[in-house]
Amino acid sequence: MVMYDDVPMSDSSGEFDMLLNMGPQHPSTHGVFRMLLKIDGEVVTDAEPHIGYLHRGSEKLSEFEQYHQVITLMDRLDYLSNFNNEWVYCRAVEKLIGVIVPERAEYIRVILGELNRIASHLLFIGTFGLDIGAMTPVMFAFRARERIQSLFESVSGARMMHNYFHIGGLKEDLPEDFSVNISRLIPRLRQDMEETDRLLSFNELFVSRTKGVGVMSKDMAINYGWTGPGLRACGVKYDVRKAETYSVYDRFDFEIPTTLDGDCWDRYFVRVMEIYESLSIVEQALEQMQEGPVNAMGRRLVRPAKNDVYVKAENPRGEIGIYLVSDGSDKPYRLKVRPPSFCNLSALKELITDSYIADAVVILGSLDIVLGEVDR
Amino acid sequence: MTGLDILVLTATLFSVFTALSVAVLSLIWIERKLLGRLQRRLGPTRTGPFGLLQPVADGIKLLVKEDLVPSWADKIIFWTAPLLVIVPSFMIWVTIPISRNLVVENLDLGLFVIVALLVLSILGLVLAGWGSANKYGAIGSLRAAAQLVSYEVPLVLVVISVTVISGSMDLRVISAIQMPLDIAQPILDEAHSSFSNFNHVGLPLIFIFPLGLFIFLLAGLAEVGRTPFDIYFAESEIVGGPFVEYSGAHWSVFFLAEYMNTFAVAALAGLLFLGGWYGPILPEWTWFLIKTYLFVVIIFWIRGTFPRLRIDQLMAFGWKVLMPLSLMAVIIAAIYRFYNWPEWSLTLMSLSGLIMVGLAFYLRYTRPVLRLAEKYGHRSRGARNVI
Repeated sequence: MVMYDDVPMSDSSGEFDMLLNMGPQHPSTHGVFRMLLKIDGEVVTDAEPHIGYLHRGSEKLSEFEQYHQVITLMDRLDYLSNFNNEWVYCRAVEKLIGVIVPERAEYIRVILGELNRIASHLLFIGTFGLDIGAMTPVMFAFRARERIQSLFESVSGARMMHNYFHIGGLKEDLPEDFSVNISRLIPRLRQDMEETDRLLSFNELFVSRTKGVGVMSKDMAINYGWTGPGLRACGVKYDVRKAETYSVYDRFDFEIPTTLDGDCWDRYFVRVMEIYESLSIVEQALEQMQEGPVNAMGRRLVRPAKNDVYVKAENPRGEIGIYLVSDGSDKPYRLKVRPPSFCNLSALKELITDSYIADAVVILGSLDIVLGEVDR
Repeated sequence: MTGLDILVLTATLFSVFTALSVAVLSLIWIERKLLGRLQRRLGPTRTGPFGLLQPVADGIKLLVKEDLVPSWADKIIFWTAPLLVIVPSFMIWVTIPISRNLVVENLDLGLFVIVALLVLSILGLVLAGWGSANKYGAIGSLRAAAQLVSYEVPLVLVVISVTVISGSMDLRVISAIQMPLDIAQPILDEAHSSFSNFNHVGLPLIFIFPLGLFIFLLAGLAEVGRTPFDIYFAESEIVGGPFVEYSGAHWSVFFLAEYMNTFAVAALAGLLFLGGWYGPILPEWTWFLIKTYLFVVIIFWIRGTFPRLRIDQLMAFGWKVLMPLSLMAVIIAAIYRFYNWPEWSLTLMSLSGLIMVGLAFYLRYTRPVLRLAEKYGHRSRGARNVI
C-alpha cells in the first residue's frame, strides 16, 4: 500500500476497504505528518506513514555555515527542546576541538536543558489530553510551560530559537534576576504539575482510553531503536544521562522513571514522573552552581583539525546523536543527526495496525513526535 | 381555523424562534465563559460587557463567510441535511411548557412527540455525512447513527418509566405531580388526569427517582453529542465528522441545532425531574430557566472535565449498562404504580439501582486506577500526599 492508485479496490471476498488519508492537515497529527489508513469500519487494518513535509535540508545547509552559525539550525530541529539540541551540537564541536567548558556554563546548560525537558513534556501532556478529547489539561499545561518560556526569554532574549549555547560555553552569563525568577518558578511548576496531573493522570476515562492501547513489547522497542520515555515505558532502564554520563550529570542524584506495560498510558506517565525528576535536578544544580566564567574561548572562529566525532545526549524525546565530520575548514564537512522522533515513529505501523481509528490518534500522540526533527 | 388563529400561531412561532435564538446565544456565551474559568482563562472579554456580544459577533462572522460546497458533493442532500437537523430541534419546543400557561401547543402526548422528534436528527446527520462525499463525514455519520440509535432506547425507556410514575405523557401533568397538591390540582383537573390524592408525588422526582435522572442525563448527553459522547464529530479524530465539509451559515445551522438540543435536554431534565416551573417567590418562567440552566451548566462542566470515550466503549456502556438499568427503571416504576407502594419504596429501589451501577463502575474503572496510582506510589484523588 503506497498510493491511492496502487490499492486494489476490493480483495478476493469482494469487500471494499476504505482508505482514509489522515494529514498533513489534520489537528491530531502533530505537525505536518500524514498517514494513509486502510480501514474496515472503525478498525485500522493497515497504515502507511508519509513524512517529509517539513524537510528543510538542515543537514545539508549546515555544510555551508560556519560552526557557530549551525547552532541556529539546531534550534529548529526539535523545536520544542531547543536548548537540548544546541547543547548536543555544541558538545560535538567542543569534542572536535578539545575545549573544556567552564563548570558554571555546564551547570547553566543542565538547568536550562532540564527546564526545556519539562516544557517539552508539559506540551506533550496537554496535547495528549487534547487527542483524547480532554480540553482543559492543555490549558493547565500551557500555563506552566508559559512560565518556563518567560524564564527562557529573560535568559536568551528569545522564547524558542535561543541561540544561547555557544561553542565553549554560553553566549553570556545569566541575567541578574535569574536566581529570583527561578526560585519563584520551581514551586509554582510543581504546583501546576500536580494540578495537571490530578486532572488527567488517574481520570477513569483517560486511563480506560490509554491503558492497554498501543502496547509495545520490550524486545520490539529495542529492535525499532526506540529511546527516551517510550523505551523506558517498556521497562528498559536506559537513559543517556546515566548510561554514558555527560556534562555534570554524575553529580546529581536522580532516578530513571520506568514503567512495565509499554502502553500509551505508561508512555504518558513516564513523562509525568520525569518532570518531577527534572525539577529535582534543577534544584540540585542551583545549589551546586558556583560563580565563574561561562565561556572558554570567546567568539573565535572555529577551525577544527580533520576528524570526526559522534556525540549523543538525552533529549526529551529520546537519544539524539550528532555525527560531525570536519575537513579542516571553518564549516562542517558533514553533519548527521540521529533524531529520536524518527526512530520512535518507525514503529507506528506496527502499533496502529488492528487498532481503532480513535486509538490510532492516541498512539500517534503518545509517540510525541516533532516533525521538525523527523524531516529535518 | 380562522385567519386570526393563524396570525396568532405565526406570531407565537416567531417569538419561539427568537427566544430560542437568544437562548442559544446565551448558551454559547455561558459555555465559553465557563470553560474559560475552568481552564484558568477569562473567556471572551472584548466584545461588549463581559464579552456578552461575542456570540453575536461569531454569528455575524459565520453568516458572512463563504458557503463552500464541495464540487463532488450531492448538492440536494448536502443542502437538505441542515434543514433536517434544525427543524426537529425547533419543533421540540412547540410542546415544552415554560410555565403553567406559557406553551405554544400543549399536547397530551407531548413527551412522545419530543422523543420522536429527537430521533429525527439522526437522519439529518447521516445525510450530511453522506451528501458531503467525504470519508471523515461518512465515518462520522455512521458513528452518529450507531450512537444515537443505541442511546435512544435508554432515553425512551426512562421516559416510559417517568410516564408510568406520573400517569401521563403531558409535560404539564408530569411537572404538576411534583408540586404540592393545591397547586397541582387545577392543572391535573384541566388535563383530565386521573391522578388521585393517594399516590401524588409532591416532591421533585430527583429525590424520588434519582435513577431516572441519571439515565436521562447520560442518554441525553449522548443524544446531543456532548462530551464525553462527542464521538461522532470528534475533532481530534474525524475532524468534525458529518460537518466537516460545511462552512459558514450551513455549519452554523448544525451548531444552532446542537445547542438547541442541549437546551431541550436540559429543559426536559428540569421538567421531568426538578418539577419544571414550580418554585417559591420568583415568577414561574424564571424557575424554569433556573432549572434548565442548572443542567446546562452541568453539561458544560462535564465537557470541561472529561475526555472522550471510544466508540466500542460507548456502545458497551449503552447496551451493557444503560440498557439494563433503564429496563430496571421501567420495572421499578411499574411495581411502584401497580402495588401503590409509598414513595420511599421507589426511592429505595432506584437508589439500589444507582448503587449497583456505582459498584460496577468502581470495579471496572476506579479500582484499576487506584491500583495503578498505588503501584507508582502516586497520590490520586484518594490519597493526595503520598508522593
